[in-house]
Amino acid sequence: MKRFLLARLAQMVVVAVTVGALCFILMRVLPGDAAMRIAAGRYGPDAGIAGAAEKVRLELGLDRPWPAQFLDWLGDLLRFDLGHSLVTGAPVIEELKTQLGASVWLAAAALFLSLLIGPTIGLLSGLKPGGLADRLGLAGAAVFRAVPPFVLGLVLMLVFSKQFGWLPPAGFGSPREILLPALTLALGLAAMSSRVTRNAVTAVASAPYFAFARYKGLPEPVVVRRHGLRNAAIPVVSYLGLQAIYLIEGVVVVESLFAYPGIGHALVHAIVERDIPMVQGTALTMGLMFVVITAAVDAVSLWLDPRLRRAS
Amino acid sequence: MRIVKALFLTLALGASVPLGQAHAETLKIAGPWEIAGIDPAQTGYVFSRLQVAETLVTADREGKLVPGLAESWSVGEDGLSWRFTLRQNAVFHDGSPVTAETAAASLNRALAGVGVLSQAPIAKIVHEDRDVVVTLSKPFSALPAYLVHFSTIILAPSSFDAAGKVTGIVGSGPYRVKTLTPPARLEMEASGNWWGGAPGIADVSYLAVGQGETRAVMAESGEADLVFSMLPVSVDRLKADPKLDVQIATIPRTRLIKLNAASPFFDQIEERQAVSLALDRTGIAKVILRNPELAATQLFPPAMPGWHAADLPPLTRDIEQAKALLAKAGWTPGSDGILEQDGRRFSVGLITYASWPELPPIATAIQAQLREVGIEAKVSVGNSSEIPARHQDGTLEMGLVSRLYSIVPDPLGTLLNDYAPGGSDWGATGWENAEMQDTIAKLAVAGDPAERASLQHRSVEILQAELPGIPVTWSELAVVSNKRIAGVEVDPLEVNYGVAAIRWAK
Repeated sequence: MKRFLLARLAQMVVVAVTVGALCFILMRVLPGDAAMRIAAGRYGPDAGIAGAAEKVRLELGLDRPWPAQFLDWLGDLLRFDLGHSLVTGAPVIEELKTQLGASVWLAAAALFLSLLIGPTIGLLSGLKPGGLADRLGLAGAAVFRAVPPFVLGLVLMLVFSKQFGWLPPAGFGSPREILLPALTLALGLAAMSSRVTRNAVTAVASAPYFAFARYKGLPEPVVVRRHGLRNAAIPVVSYLGLQAIYLIEGVVVVESLFAYPGIGHALVHAIVERDIPMVQGTALTMGLMFVVITAAVDAVSLWLDPRLRRAS
Repeated sequence: MRIVKALFLTLALGASVPLGQAHAETLKIAGPWEIAGIDPAQTGYVFSRLQVAETLVTADREGKLVPGLAESWSVGEDGLSWRFTLRQNAVFHDGSPVTAETAAASLNRALAGVGVLSQAPIAKIVHEDRDVVVTLSKPFSALPAYLVHFSTIILAPSSFDAAGKVTGIVGSGPYRVKTLTPPARLEMEASGNWWGGAPGIADVSYLAVGQGETRAVMAESGEADLVFSMLPVSVDRLKADPKLDVQIATIPRTRLIKLNAASPFFDQIEERQAVSLALDRTGIAKVILRNPELAATQLFPPAMPGWHAADLPPLTRDIEQAKALLAKAGWTPGSDGILEQDGRRFSVGLITYASWPELPPIATAIQAQLREVGIEAKVSVGNSSEIPARHQDGTLEMGLVSRLYSIVPDPLGTLLNDYAPGGSDWGATGWENAEMQDTIAKLAVAGDPAERASLQHRSVEILQAELPGIPVTWSELAVVSNKRIAGVEVDPLEVNYGVAAIRWAK
């Protein structure tokens, strides 16, 4: 356990430095004048951008040599200071708290909803491959996977906001507003996880130990609970780890559509506006989150599957 | 497990809260403007339009300058010394009075920063008793119009930290900031001490919603009472909704092709005229903007009295004449139909940006129309800073821009900038005209209405004849309000949304 944690900690440090350096280099090789981009981001497209850019350049010291700028960033990082956004002027950590925080809640709500939908349908489909539930599940998965999130989001908005007037189409802060964006994401996620679960359950259900449990006369619910769920969960949990990552990356469209102030939306703006501290801070935090998520998935897999523990 | 429980509760609560009950008394506004950074030069317009902060001078619906925090103003004999007398009953939201001293401090801050004030010939700004005194380095009759701009809002000293950075917006308007969650939400409440009386609705919330489709659904579902800037495609559907009122105003914003008149493609006036004659403005306005009336027959729309010259021959489409003009300028069709001159193909870049969703489709329409006269335009959609950057380094050929002429309520403010010697970011590139410069310089000083009118007419005439930029379409602003509110008035200049005058309908 100690070795596991130490290895993950080392991984985190490597991720932090690599991500920071990569962002720094990539943002500098992007074409276009950073001061112009920042000025356009700050003052909008109606302003006299060229004049504003000169003031921005002076204010931010953008013409300093870049190794000095990178060392500054690294020094600040060691003091756990992510700096200030070049566009809004607010501390990056504050922006992350609001925006990354909002995205994490959205992702968690979406994952939770998808867990209610996906594995349930998968379990029903997998227990009777080729049955009605399986075929309906396949059709549903194909449809929800194929429809792009912004179309699905608009359809949900038209149905639940416009037609029924149950849920607000945009906003954030109260529980009502998270439902539609979370559902949009969850349906796409459930489409995949239901099929992964279905295949895992089918594999387990056709395994000799599962047949043996039935032969020895256990009732069906007990067979599924004792011998089915844990075995089928192993591939599903590994897959959920991937989905969690997809979620944090893939919320951009959904966040823009539902006017949800999340990190996907913020990151796109930050890149367009050359807000380097914001990009670095976001990438860093997200990189570290990925390390934590994969570590959590590994830990759960270890707990689920004793064979892995013996192997290590 | 507790997290799962919390999530479950969140979702369950979300499903069970009935619509509209949670914010029954709040006026809900949605618009496209995000609040990225609270410095007045950046997002001051959010706070001035929503009446959190005020400027010394403001403008009415017709664009006439009217008193804001200053109850009157006058200029000395020499035309250099302007005196703005503050109203005595104005109070900031923190309870401190609005004095000439605080106002001068805010203005000096705006003067030093980015914003329109630095474009006026201001020598210094000081305070004397109840007056803010602005001393100019040369006469400039448009000064009061510059003090309408959102970057000149007057903030209380408590808005700034020790370093002079804005940390909060403490203004003097009818509403004060209750909570601000950048970049999307602003909640406001009646300040209780506005000089203009109590607003009709005490609680107001603003939500920034970037997608036009989402804003339309917000209006339709009743989740927003007042929604700004609707997409043309949604307007007809919204008009048919019995619960909603749609108001449309022509705004002083023109989409135009910015040409590099110094490049070999557009250095002759015939070439610029040919580009203009190749454009099917009515088609673009009808299909993309859903209103053929928006086809720009000259730079300024009829809704701008004094700046629209009805007697000028309109810009129209005439493919044959365009071809004849190009032939006269020395261009002959090549083997693939694209024009050539001295071995150079008439192939130019047309850059635009996505800050306004209609610009990229208009650019592709222009591309197809120019192809008909033998001009190849390569469209690229980038960031809004691309055009000023290419203007600066001289590599710009054509750019499709959306230019606002009410940055200060007097279009002169924009013209002074756009057609200054050396051109400007959003104005002329490679085009200089001594008479134009002379005319707008005279306009900047002229006070007599008749003299102004004739100078304005002359400047529009020059622009129409020389075409340093080619007007494509005018713009309108569509505002949707729910019938449960009354008193909504659209401000074409977008200076002030008049939120305080809105009340619940009986």
